[in-house]
Amino acid sequence: MAENVKEHFDIAVIGAGPAGLSAAAKAAEYDLDARAANPDHTPSHILIEGSPLHANTIQRYQKGKHVMDEPGYLDLRSPLEFAAGKREQILKSWDQGISETGINFRANCEVTKITGSRGNFEIHCADGNTISANNVVLSIGTQGNPRRLGVDGDNSHFVQYQLDDPDEYHDEDIIVVGAGDAAIENALALAKNNRVVIVNRKNEFTRAKQGNLDNVLEAINDRNMAFSCRYDASVKSLSVPPPGSVGTVVLNTARGDETLPCHRVIARLGSIPPRQFVESCGIALPNKDPEAIPELDGQYQCNVPGLYIIGALAGYPLIKQGMNQGYDVIEYIKGKAVKPVDHPLLALKFSLLPYLADVDDILALYQQRVPMFSRMNALAFRELIMESDIRYCVSDAQQLNSLQSQGASISQERIRDIESARSADIQRRQSAGLAIKPVTPISPPVITKLLRSGDFIYRHNDYSNSFFTIIEGQVTLSSAEGSDTILGPGQFFGEMSLLSGRPRIGNAVASNDTILIETPRRTMAKLMAANDEVAKGIETVFLQRTLQQFFTPQGSYVDLRDIAKQVKTSHFNTGKYIYKEDDAGEHLYLIRSGTIALSRLENGKEIAIGQLHSGQIFGQMALMGDPTRRESAYAAVRSEVIEISRQPFLALLSKSPESITRLQTETSKQLKSTAELAALPEQASLMSFLLAQGTGEGTNVLLIDENLCVGCDNCETACAETHKGISRLDRKAGVRFANINLPIACRHCEQPHCMKECPPNAIHRESSGEVYINDSCIGCGNCETNCPYGVIKLSYQLPEKPPFLSWLFGGVGPGPGEDKNATPSNMAKEIGKKAVKCDACVDRPAGPACVQYCPTGAAQRMEPAEFINVLNLR
Amino acid sequence: MYVNILNYARRRYFWWSVILLIACSGLYLSQAESLPPNGGSWQGYVLGSIGLFLIIWLSCLGIRKRSYASKSANLQAWVSAHIYLGISLIGVATLHCAFQFGLNVHTLAYMLMCAVIVSGLIGLYAYLRYPRLLVENRANQSFEQRLDSLAKIDKEGLALAANCDTEIQHMISSAIDRTAIGGNLLTQFFGRDRSSVAMPTKGTTSKHSQMLSNEGQQTVIDFLVAKIPNTQKPGEAERLQKLLYILGRRQELLRRLRRELSLQLRTKLWLSVHIPLSMALLVSLFVHIFTVFFYW
Repeated sequence: MAENVKEHFDIAVIGAGPAGLSAAAKAAEYDLDARAANPDHTPSHILIEGSPLHANTIQRYQKGKHVMDEPGYLDLRSPLEFAAGKREQILKSWDQGISETGINFRANCEVTKITGSRGNFEIHCADGNTISANNVVLSIGTQGNPRRLGVDGDNSHFVQYQLDDPDEYHDEDIIVVGAGDAAIENALALAKNNRVVIVNRKNEFTRAKQGNLDNVLEAINDRNMAFSCRYDASVKSLSVPPPGSVGTVVLNTARGDETLPCHRVIARLGSIPPRQFVESCGIALPNKDPEAIPELDGQYQCNVPGLYIIGALAGYPLIKQGMNQGYDVIEYIKGKAVKPVDHPLLALKFSLLPYLADVDDILALYQQRVPMFSRMNALAFRELIMESDIRYCVSDAQQLNSLQSQGASISQERIRDIESARSADIQRRQSAGLAIKPVTPISPPVITKLLRSGDFIYRHNDYSNSFFTIIEGQVTLSSAEGSDTILGPGQFFGEMSLLSGRPRIGNAVASNDTILIETPRRTMAKLMAANDEVAKGIETVFLQRTLQQFFTPQGSYVDLRDIAKQVKTSHFNTGKYIYKEDDAGEHLYLIRSGTIALSRLENGKEIAIGQLHSGQIFGQMALMGDPTRRESAYAAVRSEVIEISRQPFLALLSKSPESITRLQTETSKQLKSTAELAALPEQASLMSFLLAQGTGEGTNVLLIDENLCVGCDNCETACAETHKGISRLDRKAGVRFANINLPIACRHCEQPHCMKECPPNAIHRESSGEVYINDSCIGCGNCETNCPYGVIKLSYQLPEKPPFLSWLFGGVGPGPGEDKNATPSNMAKEIGKKAVKCDACVDRPAGPACVQYCPTGAAQRMEPAEFINVLNLR
Repeated sequence: MYVNILNYARRRYFWWSVILLIACSGLYLSQAESLPPNGGSWQGYVLGSIGLFLIIWLSCLGIRKRSYASKSANLQAWVSAHIYLGISLIGVATLHCAFQFGLNVHTLAYMLMCAVIVSGLIGLYAYLRYPRLLVENRANQSFEQRLDSLAKIDKEGLALAANCDTEIQHMISSAIDRTAIGGNLLTQFFGRDRSSVAMPTKGTTSKHSQMLSNEGQQTVIDFLVAKIPNTQKPGEAERLQKLLYILGRRQELLRRLRRELSLQLRTKLWLSVHIPLSMALLVSLFVHIFTVFFYW
């Protein structure tokens, strides 16, 4: 085609990631049909991609990486194939899809600008060409282009902005620039076979995940490893060598310039978010946040008519979601009113409610009902409901039974629908001569959750941490100490446990005809990170309720709105001081999350004299007559505290005079316990040891008394015998101090680190506090990396052993305990390794096996708050 | 920190065994005065049955300890009861036999029972005493950590010695090579040091040496101590001082390592007497019962 002829298409898809590919494939299907009717039909669509290959982000994954197909509940709707599997398989199937569907794919064509609107878009490319289109689908993702070094030669072969396979390089000097997770992971992977220097612009690795942080620091300190770090350093200039030989890099460091020879430079400096480009196209963004998501209507159209945005840029980072949107958006452009794939799933969630409205109407109604959600993006709200449960509270057992049986038949119907859709798909594939996709088990459909009026939504001390929003009806919050609070439509509760990770305070009971949205913690956390308004709304109420809980249990939290505005919330990283001994104090502090240690200097040595947990106060003496701090307070784990100065403190006390007595009692109790520990320096140093080991954030810590332990390892044996042959605790490797052994065993943290980034959401917490991993674990190892205490390991399923008595009397099999020499079956190897960790024997009525089977009573599990009693007992 | 096996549940099982012994004594004294007390009276049979039941129950601890699916009380309770009721068995059995002993299978069973109980008492002492000694000896460092430290200072020592005379170099490397931790049962039990060293012999060339015991690294230390004031080469005194320091550290590390092994062995060794003796007791008990009823 001659360069000066302007091309025109009906649909131009920009960005060939999963969403763009799927959209282009759907558009290509329309072209295929048109060509069947008219052989002269020319493509009415084009897929434009700036890089040489499709699916740039996935191409950049490390070789053999397992790609997930979350969320599991969502079906795929796309002409292209996609199922969880290896990176290579997925890319190959898309390659095939591109040729089979006949996508009009133009690679290496960077789009610099888009102007116009529906019917007359002009797409300007970096090569000078212009393409016109009636509709534009923007699916460029949020990765953007990698941030470059910004020095001469940064675009040469000497500098790489990605690392495909670290094992490709051997015995080289490599400089890795960057301090984020990607840089650290690359540097560590390369250090196995090469000499690596990591260049960090700052003086610490602040952006890294805890696991990566620990690993990189360990590598830097390991003298046997050719791995070093240059802090406070940046790249000043490069001298690019001819390919295959050694060049040099000049670093600008705090102590002057440093020249390092190296074979290659790997720069992992993040990427430039596509915000600037997006704005240049006339797309409106709601705020200044660099990661702001454009406002879209229900058909993914932005404020520019004819310009559609799908995939990660629209706020949907998961592959399957993006692919489904690609399909849907083409249907919308073609004027077809398709329902999104999640439509039937939402319908099921609403199925038992007393409404006769359509899903979209119910969603609109709900969003209106809740002030905090009312200004959210409609698509984001839909997503929120998708990930939440809808709970409906009925009046009596009869209604409950009839609704339950109705629910059962709805579920069956849904399963039948899925089965018939699957068999139709198999038939279609068979007749088209395609391979049959492996069948995955159908997960039970999620329908409206029912409860009866008067049932507990949660109870006092439950470890649940979901967030509840009331749509209709009312919920009564009651606690042992205060009066009841009644909440109505549009209000929310459950934010205390959501934010602090502590068990529930008080009970929540729903009344007749109440409808609730129950949102899981991780959905809420995601939403709060993305949406300031929601985050602020929850924070404010949290503050008011926390203050009310402590100071005016009889009052209403609403009265505290003004006082709540006068207090400040601060974060403290582990080891950071809130105040020091002998400082002059002007605040008291209420712990919002985490653990605060109190310490005192005795003979030049700092000893712990107390530990306080969320919901407790400290430093109150400064406002109660003694302005000099008599102890230091530091964060034993990452903590958040609410700072209250004199004015709001007095205001709080005046609201509820009886709280003065309470405050005095609490203070006396604290003073007594700190005085006791201060008088027992040995116990205090034990306490310091325990806090330094991070036990403060645990809820259920295994402590072995070495004065009683005879080293029989029956704890480990019992653990293995009750947990599929794999012991989840390691006694010998435990950290020891005086007579205490803190074995490697899960402490069931308040805010479990392991739960943070579990792709299939396989890690759960029982309402009694135990954190466990269920069968949906995919063995990705994130939890293993994230756990700072090393209590999670990846392991194959072990073969079953012969029964105990045949070992005892016949010597058959390896006997009780973990069999270190067991070889996993081929089947187990195929399934792969999965994460295993202590579940605190959640299913055992007799309690944890490690404790039950200790012959001498040396092993006990306890809450950190019990440490003091145990230590004093000696 | 926690409650030990004797004090478990406020010594509940101590009181159980006291009650058991009082009841058994009552039963013993209730025997008719016409006959001397005997294992053959009905009281004697009851006492014997109690003893038999106790012995069988006591030997079930090995199975109970490994029945990991059990829902019943924790193992510490069983062990506590095992100890108190096991000790009271001496009383029960003595009353059963009515203080009659002789050279026969019956007294053999009695003697075996006593041996089992005595070995158990030794075990009880071990369980209460040695863990504390282990804690003391460990001084906040585990066995593995200590082995690592040893490997590390050995490396330093060899590196230092490499800069010294060949004589010293040979001596240090031989002292490290011939360091013994552990050994046979007795050596381990008493924590004996069987280390040796090839020492250079005076007045001859470095090729000649003799094998000497190096218990507690003392031989090498003595050699260095004598050598340090007489060095001639520059820097040698400094190197030898450093070596002396390293040997001192080795001395301490090795002592603690051996002591840990010895204490661990002592904590467990009694079991290998207690269990076989219990088996023998069960067999002789069977013979005792069989003969009593066979010759009746």
